[in-house]
Amino acid sequence: MTSQVDPELQPARHRLWIARLRATDFRNYEALSVELDDRSVVLTGPNGAGKTNLLEAVSLLAPGRGLGRAQFADMIRHGAAGWALNAILHSAHGEVEIGTGYRSDDQTSARAVRINGETARSAGALGDYTRTIWLTPAMDGLFTGAAGERRRFLDRLIQSLDPGYRSNLSRFERAMRQRNRLLEDGEASSSRYEGFETQLAEAGTAIAATRLDTVTRLARLCDTPAKGGDASPFPWAELVLEGVLEGRLLNEAAVDVEDFYLETLARCREQDRAARRTLEGPHRSDLIVGHGPKGAPARRCSTGEQKALLIGLVLAHAELVKQQSDGYAPLILLDEIVAHLDEARREGLFHEIERLGAQAWMTGTDAAHFAPMGAHAQHFRIENGGVCA
Amino acid sequence: MARKVAGPEIEQLIQLLARLPGLGPRSARRAALHLINKKDQLLAPLAAAMTAARDKIVICETCGNVDTSIECTICADPRRDVSLICVVEEVADLWALERAGVIKGRYHVLGGTLSPLDGVGPEELSIAGLIARARAPEVKEILLALNATVEGQSTAHYLMDQLETCEVTVSQLAHGVPVGGELDYLDEGTLAAAIKARKTL
Repeated sequence: MTSQVDPELQPARHRLWIARLRATDFRNYEALSVELDDRSVVLTGPNGAGKTNLLEAVSLLAPGRGLGRAQFADMIRHGAAGWALNAILHSAHGEVEIGTGYRSDDQTSARAVRINGETARSAGALGDYTRTIWLTPAMDGLFTGAAGERRRFLDRLIQSLDPGYRSNLSRFERAMRQRNRLLEDGEASSSRYEGFETQLAEAGTAIAATRLDTVTRLARLCDTPAKGGDASPFPWAELVLEGVLEGRLLNEAAVDVEDFYLETLARCREQDRAARRTLEGPHRSDLIVGHGPKGAPARRCSTGEQKALLIGLVLAHAELVKQQSDGYAPLILLDEIVAHLDEARREGLFHEIERLGAQAWMTGTDAAHFAPMGAHAQHFRIENGGVCA
Repeated sequence: MARKVAGPEIEQLIQLLARLPGLGPRSARRAALHLINKKDQLLAPLAAAMTAARDKIVICETCGNVDTSIECTICADPRRDVSLICVVEEVADLWALERAGVIKGRYHVLGGTLSPLDGVGPEELSIAGLIARARAPEVKEILLALNATVEGQSTAHYLMDQLETCEVTVSQLAHGVPVGGELDYLDEGTLAAAIKARKTL
């Protein structure tokens, strides 16, 4: 149902955007309320003013722990008893009101979520309305750091595409923790292991298959600008998924891979017992990223190039989410990203955000960096827990 | 912490009520006040009923159900089908199935699931008793009605393994589309389970 007139112009009804955001006792905000239109949002101000806190608030409108992966208790403003966020969002399901919050005297570590005034069973329900992706300075070392960081990055990418992925991850995690405990206890009876291993094999193969599918589609998108004459200012990324199950899934049917993993787990019990943990599986996989045009691994590229690669990857992901969500691009949160780009890349980034039709939330200390966005964005100045237009 | 509003007897009543499932401190206060207001109609009979229950309640030696006789009402019922034993995790599950009135046979309450993380192994559960019951010649089928959780399913797997030497059919509850459920609202895992467990018509 997209407009035939000008594909560059997104009809307003195919935009995911926040129309109002209210924060109460959240981080350094005592009581904040901002009204917005569907354009991107630029937040500038000095260090420590609370720009990132606002992005964190937006990230909590989607399932998960938010962009800082912090504890909900730590988000409570000093001296307050709990925090609350309330937003009006325009989504594929029309206007929706989302409320979420946490109180220190809550019996649970989970946050409460209300959608259109109805209490949701879990934060997972937010996945039906909001898709959010982000890039923060903490992700700078993604390519040089530990494989676990890249795996989490990939898993998060997938979760914004496939909300059901989370249940496989938690099932796998749970079964593995149970198996690891058996290994630690030196349990020898194979019948004690088999039940957990069957579930590890089922969930693990499903996880690997979803990852492979996402990476393949992402790689295709990363490749497109290169084939189309390299219009993007961001280098295309070469993506390879390294993992035992992922590798096998390239040539074998999922049921065979599941059997293979089940056998592997049984065969490696002795070895795993010595290590006191499960050594083989999708929890050891890695996403290998390469700088396409240079043909070099990303970890060997310069800091600036790594950043550009990462942005390219995030934009490709946004495109994938958009394709899969009936033309609704996700909310894109870019924390302190723009300042580190040269002018050409900065403008390229702004252009890409416009082309995607996304409401991007960007922070920076220098308002001048965002000048090229002009009237395409709403500019706010953040100072001491306050927001002014 | 809320300030105490009444003497120690009432405070203790509130504190104990607050430990009941589904009751928090606030609703416990309300329940206590309600009991106090209806001292003769409710509080006294409730106290008597609780004392009687405490004195009489026993765990059925055969199946692990709770009742007031050493052989529970279900095990003692001659109309029950002796060839079927339905295995459940907790008494609450037994009651749920009884509410539905769909099990014609008898039950076996395991007392939990295998969970190494919680230190629960086969010895902590009533598994030996189940195997012994399954060896009885009149028993033909063991139905595993365990929760569809990681632990529930692992326990089912373990039991299947243990029951292999018994001459019984081992069956399991179906997993999939709930009655009255719409496919559109089901998560991928449930859909996959439903497709895996599909049946020919």
